[in-house]
Amino acid sequence: MDRATAAAPEQEPEPRREAIRVENLHKSFGSLEVLKGVDLTAQQGDVVAIIGGSGSGKSTMLRCINFLETPSSGKIVIGGEEVAMRADGSPANQKQIERIRTKLAMVFQQFNLWTHRTLLENVIEVPVHVLKMPKPQAIERARELLARVGLGGKEDTFPAYLSGGQQQRAAIARALAVDPSAMLFDEPTSALDPELVGEVLTVIRDLAAEGRTMLLVTHEMKFAREVANHVVYLYQGRIEEQGPPAEVFGNPQSERLKQFLSSVG
Amino acid sequence: MTGLLEILGLGASAELLSLSGWGGNLLRGLANSLQIAFGAFGLGLVIGLFGAYGKLYGGKVTRDLLAIYTTVIRAVPELVLILILYYVGSDIINQISEAMGGGRVEINGVAAGIWVLGVVQGAYATEVLRGAIQAVPTGQIEAAKSYGMPAIMIMRRVTIPAMMSFAVPGLANLWLIATKDTALLAVVGFNELTLETRQAASSTRAYFTFFLAAGFLYLMVTLCSGAVFARIEKWARRGQPSLKEGSA
Repeated sequence: MDRATAAAPEQEPEPRREAIRVENLHKSFGSLEVLKGVDLTAQQGDVVAIIGGSGSGKSTMLRCINFLETPSSGKIVIGGEEVAMRADGSPANQKQIERIRTKLAMVFQQFNLWTHRTLLENVIEVPVHVLKMPKPQAIERARELLARVGLGGKEDTFPAYLSGGQQQRAAIARALAVDPSAMLFDEPTSALDPELVGEVLTVIRDLAAEGRTMLLVTHEMKFAREVANHVVYLYQGRIEEQGPPAEVFGNPQSERLKQFLSSVG
Repeated sequence: MTGLLEILGLGASAELLSLSGWGGNLLRGLANSLQIAFGAFGLGLVIGLFGAYGKLYGGKVTRDLLAIYTTVIRAVPELVLILILYYVGSDIINQISEAMGGGRVEINGVAAGIWVLGVVQGAYATEVLRGAIQAVPTGQIEAAKSYGMPAIMIMRRVTIPAMMSFAVPGLANLWLIATKDTALLAVVGFNELTLETRQAASSTRAYFTFFLAAGFLYLMVTLCSGAVFARIEKWARRGQPSLKEGSA
């Protein structure tokens, strides 16, 4: 656990601000307790990879951070602002959670692009309607972002006519369009054919390199080791082990993590 | 043209159906029918949208009330409902008017027709739209939520456009039913197409001519509606590849 604090690299001279803090997060579905008290802090610019077996609670944890799942109890602080929660864990102030959500862009396993809108319309939707950005400005920015993820020229195409990899890259462009303070990736490559995984990982790698704050739930161990500066291993709703990737992957301490790493190869 | 009609022995029919003859009455009846069908369909859509959202997201009381509404309306024959709603509705309005010191109110036929058929349409539309909303993949709505959209915006920008492709075939059915249910308003003496036809037919004894003409008018309405709904459906399905292979 204390390796978490040692993870902060020294090459950053000024103190970095905290982006996301999760304290003692619990989540139950009925009688099934999926998260049993998780603590996690990501500073700005951190790339935190969350790994774990199926059912370990890693996706649930990510979805609790933007309240797509209602936590059962705990504390969530985004950019220094604590999310007001009722006793049952639901957000006490809908306006607050909506405002905070605009700063946390999520990329889903199933892309979840709006199928009745073209790629350009998907990317400008939130800037124009939620953030009230002038439409011409939003369109210009959307074109840049689509070009950046390698989808220049596909602006007027509907998602259904694109490959999974292209859709996921468009979803990343949609996420970037809100200029998020942190990005939440929920297994972004798990629904992709193997030959399409690489193109999505390349985009995410670029984002990590430019210092974006990211929480990344993934099964791609090699990729996690490469881009993350902090790795969290979840086991049955608890953080079993965490630390810098070199240590978590190179010198795992717990038996379960060793077993997990050998099973995923 | 006239010569051809004479040869076919239809000269008399053509004269009866001319606009200066009974034909004008039939067209006025059709206009009334369409007006009511439009109004009732529109009212039904509004009721249906609230009904569908109420059934899906409402509290227990809301859901129970809506269940009673859709069950009763869909269980009782339209003709009976029209008689009940029309007479109950006009009775209530008159009682209110008299209680407030006014006299008896002349019920506007078009308004009454729209209200009566709209309530009927609303029950069916509730179920059509409820099914369509449920067919929208949850990921579409989750994505909207995760980007901070408020509930009303999600409904307007995501749920309703995404459910349209599921709703349009059912709504097209409802529209056609609305056009033909207007004929039932003849029983309360409203001058729609069927009543006009009956009056024309009994005045002239040319039953065959007039009912055939009315049937033709209803058929035209259906054919035009079909063309319009085909376009609406194409628009609602934008972004979805065709199921037919080879055509994009």
